[in-house]
Amino acid sequence: MNHVAEPEAATLLEPISFVDVATTERLHARLATAAGAAGLVDVVYRTVDTPVGVLLLAATRHGLARVAYASEDHDHVLEILAERISPRILHVPDRLEEVIRQLEEYFEGNRRRFDVPLDLSLSKGFRQTVLRTLPAIDYGRTASYAEVAVAAGSPKAVRAVGTACATNPLPVVVPCHRVVRSDGSTGGYVGGAEAKHTLLDLETA
Amino acid sequence: MKPFEQIVTEHGSMVLRVCRAVVGEADAEDAWSETFLAALRAYPDLDRTANVQAWLVTIAHRKAIDITRTRARDPVTIAEEVPDRPATTGLPEAWDHDLWSALQALPPKQRQSVAYHYLGGLPHKDIAEITGGTAESARRAAADGIRTLRRTYAGRPGSRGETR
Repeated sequence: MNHVAEPEAATLLEPISFVDVATTERLHARLATAAGAAGLVDVVYRTVDTPVGVLLLAATRHGLARVAYASEDHDHVLEILAERISPRILHVPDRLEEVIRQLEEYFEGNRRRFDVPLDLSLSKGFRQTVLRTLPAIDYGRTASYAEVAVAAGSPKAVRAVGTACATNPLPVVVPCHRVVRSDGSTGGYVGGAEAKHTLLDLETA
Repeated sequence: MKPFEQIVTEHGSMVLRVCRAVVGEADAEDAWSETFLAALRAYPDLDRTANVQAWLVTIAHRKAIDITRTRARDPVTIAEEVPDRPATTGLPEAWDHDLWSALQALPPKQRQSVAYHYLGGLPHKDIAEITGGTAESARRAAADGIRTLRRTYAGRPGSRGETR
């Protein structure tokens, strides 16, 4: 209660004030269903446990738009999605099943390529061009930033390739982890060096 | 602008309490759903400086009026829908019918003023903008409502002492 001077009214109304978790979940599910049917949800999201930590997955009606590591701060990621795509964002735990299934297969070593619709709208211009070339690096292989720059049609834009990878809105699914330094060292990664090693080790196992 | 999910998390319980008090148990969840669906529709156009709590209570107020009108026109609907409601006895969420009877017996403006002030947390000035009249009349309606409830509803057996 916001009004400390009126505790008696709060006590009086207490019998209708208690809202339990089951009620909250039932109402939320009902809202998600009705809002989905009315076409009012622009972004749905959920999280999933993986060997590289809890990933946030967010999709628009065009496809998967965001995969985010816990280190990126999921709340912050959702705020950015609200600004850049739409604030009509809902947590819908039973959506995105196909992406989840493919991620499970990938982490079990049983999938080499993701096949889900992607929404690349969070990445513009050359950065998006770079993201489009990344799936051409085969599973279990790596390419240098310079090689990716050539593949993206701008051989001199090596640093820009680095930026495109660092700002990849769809890590794991769009394999920026396969881009490494020319000297063979792994280089930076949006999910941290440890996650990059985990993915590269998984793919060469 | 916050993701709408956060609006539901932060204000969902408050809106449900307000709906329970204003439309009663049978229609509270319908009113809640209608409120948040309408809020989601309008959300991208909401002024970023707007008071979200007052905005939601305003929508809930309109939805409650719609539901009350529909029920008045078509009382059969109530009879049809009651069996679909979750059981309300023996569960933690079950709430006191006597309190609802007491709330229902209040004049609408008193019931609304009590709900929006004590459950919605709105100042009387904001409530006056929703229900009409002045801040003073909203304050008086809330005070009168609480005074009547104290008289007509003694509280859950065992949970309260003597009526003060």
